[in-house]
Amino acid sequence: MNIFCIGLNHRTAGVSLRERFAVEEGSVVSLLSELRREAALGEAVVLSTCNRVEVYGLSGDAEASARACADFLQRVAGAEAEFYRREQAEGARHLFRVVCGLDSMVVGETEILGQVKEAYAAALRCGATGAALNRLFQQAFRVAKQVRTETGITRGAVSVGSVAVELAEKIFGDLADCRVLLLGAGKAGARVARSLQSRGVRRLVLSNRTFERAAGLARELGGMALHFDQWQSALPDVDIVISSTAARGRLLSAGELAPVMAARGDRPLFLVDLAVPRDFDPALNDLDGVFLHDIDSLQAMAQQGVEARGLEVERCEELIEVHVAEFLSWARQRPDMAKPSLSAAP
Amino acid sequence: MERYLLAGSTFFYLLGFAYSLLQLGAGKFRPGRLNLYAIAGGFVLQTGFLYLRGHAVGRCPITNTFEILVFLSWSVALAYLVVGTTYRISLLGAFTAPLVFGLQLVALLLPSAPAAARRGPPDGWLELHASTSLVAYGVLALACVAGVMFLVQEKQLKMRVPGSIFHILPPITTLAEAMKRLLWFGVILLSIGIIAGFFIGTPIGRIKSGASMLVWLVYAVVLFLWTRNVLHSHRVAQYCIGAFALALVTLPAMYALGGMLAK
Repeated sequence: MNIFCIGLNHRTAGVSLRERFAVEEGSVVSLLSELRREAALGEAVVLSTCNRVEVYGLSGDAEASARACADFLQRVAGAEAEFYRREQAEGARHLFRVVCGLDSMVVGETEILGQVKEAYAAALRCGATGAALNRLFQQAFRVAKQVRTETGITRGAVSVGSVAVELAEKIFGDLADCRVLLLGAGKAGARVARSLQSRGVRRLVLSNRTFERAAGLARELGGMALHFDQWQSALPDVDIVISSTAARGRLLSAGELAPVMAARGDRPLFLVDLAVPRDFDPALNDLDGVFLHDIDSLQAMAQQGVEARGLEVERCEELIEVHVAEFLSWARQRPDMAKPSLSAAP
Repeated sequence: MERYLLAGSTFFYLLGFAYSLLQLGAGKFRPGRLNLYAIAGGFVLQTGFLYLRGHAVGRCPITNTFEILVFLSWSVALAYLVVGTTYRISLLGAFTAPLVFGLQLVALLLPSAPAAARRGPPDGWLELHASTSLVAYGVLALACVAGVMFLVQEKQLKMRVPGSIFHILPPITTLAEAMKRLLWFGVILLSIGIIAGFFIGTPIGRIKSGASMLVWLVYAVVLFLWTRNVLHSHRVAQYCIGAFALALVTLPAMYALGGMLAK
């Protein structure tokens, strides 16, 4: 019996093709059942995310089963695609790289681990897995945990939104009690607000020169709209201000904020200036308890995060190789697993 | 036996220090729990040493510079175990380990100091005064460490692109909260020590009592102004460092106290 994986991902297929092959959560069980029958699979797991659709299987004839899987998926999707195929050690290595986020669009992202866990749990529930895939996936989760703990692959934010979240968390810790004021109804500001909401922020106030746009976005984001001539009155009560207006001049100067900070006591204020030209006077950053970051600073941090993760990839690959070897060693002791073709070579 | 316990605890602290350095050097985001275990191990052995020494001298073992340094180091470790683990500021351990290791090392390098023989019954007030004051200094040393961490993290947050230490240090609000708790704890202990000092049978020198009162006053004023929102955490962190430097000046006075206890 051989382990194999076939699939397509963000590198091999565009989104228009990937969405055709995407498997809905509710149809995974029936799909697994049909797939196992048609492709003669002893065990199978289907992983479907926005960036990939993959089938992990165990079969006596991996090549024939992989071909049958590809035919089946194309028939269900009603489209043709080029599938990649990884067998034996390569298949194990591929899964380990996927769960560690090394094969993701944003290297080191951690969402994929949860998605793989869900895919495995679904297959386990309907009895589609056995000793081989159980061992493979359990080992994959161990690799992911070790890589997260022992390397910096998940460290540092790699987008403007996640950088803003990381800074906010280094100021306030838990964001659940933070109040956010969003100035301007642009997409960039809304994206950052959403990122903050995804990390626990519950209270959001929006203000825009056109009140109706603020009200519309407030409905969409679950916040409260405020007339633009009143936004400064909200300053004593908010913790984070995101600004992305098209104002030609500065909206806030150090002279205006200093008395507000005195009234706030010891509570820090985080200012995120996404506007060009900038909405906030850079001198605000010199005030005690005020932390100001503009779009250049956020983008530079995101770029730094990308580079830092790139440097960690090699360490992750080394750890993965140790686990691939461990899995192969286990597989060699199994009489039902193919021995000669299991190779640790990449 | 005593020296072995002390050497063992110093080894544990060195282990915690070295482990933290290795972790930070490798850019690890979450320092492991080994640091906490190392400090806890060192603390247990230190407690054993102080227990045996206390039995030997028949009182709180702070009769000479050697014992005072060990007791101070024990106090810092105690404060870390209480505060560091409560607030899960594991990195505080990375900053604490070198401090307790340094204090112990200096103590070990001092010429072998035999336990002072008991001369008459101990003065309970004097022992309460000396021991609570030393524990207070240990707690305030940790407040100083938290202050340093606060200022470093605050500077990182003000930079256009923070350095790698930014990812390792805890949030500044957490550090400010730790500073506040440590200041309260330290000031309360210092107050108990000073009050106990008024009941000591043997009068304490004016310089020593004046220095202790000055240190207490600085900390109490800082804490009062902070709770009244007059001082910002940034200034409090600076005062925590400055006031502890001032407190260190009073250590020679503690030595005098040790001499007095030995009499």
